[in-house]
Amino acid sequence: MATVELRFSALPEHVRTARLVAAAVARRAGVDEAVLDEVRLAVGEACSRAVGLHRSHEITAPVKVALIEEEKQFSIEVGDEVPHAPHTPGESGAAEDGDGDVEEDEMGLAVISGLVDDVEVTSGRDGGLIRMTWPTAPPAVALA
Amino acid sequence: MDLSLSTRTVGDRTVVEVGGEIDVYTAPKLREQLVELVNDGNFHLVVDMEGVDFLDSTGLGVLVGGLKRVRAHEGSLRLVCNQERILKIFRITGLTKVFPIHTSVEEAVAATD
Repeated sequence: MATVELRFSALPEHVRTARLVAAAVARRAGVDEAVLDEVRLAVGEACSRAVGLHRSHEITAPVKVALIEEEKQFSIEVGDEVPHAPHTPGESGAAEDGDGDVEEDEMGLAVISGLVDDVEVTSGRDGGLIRMTWPTAPPAVALA
Repeated sequence: MDLSLSTRTVGDRTVVEVGGEIDVYTAPKLREQLVELVNDGNFHLVVDMEGVDFLDSTGLGVLVGGLKRVRAHEGSLRLVCNQERILKIFRITGLTKVFPIHTSVEEAVAATD
């Protein structure tokens, strides 16, 4: 089960909230301070992309973010509900949409894949999901 | 934090000082500002990003859009940035090859290619 779950209306103004919450939970989970900027940016990119997809497809459902604390790792899943025809990433043919959207979408994904070593992007008929994972250090608490 | 924008003229350059967060919510304001400047005939822009706390791909898109607009008028768009976390985003997207990035407004204003 996710440690923290967030659902928000697909509005740009809520993306900042998602960034702040994600960074706070990541810090608590033990993600290295030096990496928190990357977490903030990556989750922002994933949420911006989901908001854009929902808006361009006129989907009223909220964007979902799951912040998952696990042993030695912390994951963030950002899900959209835009049905995707199964396709192999990198294949062209998806350019029927507004090309501006496609460009921004690609740029967001480019930033995520440049930032996060462990990232999975999946999409299917029920929507898409970006899962990003970072290692965590055990909390340095002395139990003397 | 929201986005703050202020502009001033230094010689033939227009300096746009940006502060706060440039993201999917605030980037349209920056886009409007750049479009307005170009429409008013300011084709040599220096965007001072020293006060920027956060920049995402939407913000990068707006800067690239600004660059396209000034280039259409044989203008220039230079950035001022010393913050490693912001520079990193330009590096991973390959945009350090697209934008001249300077360490101070003075240097950017004096630069001629």
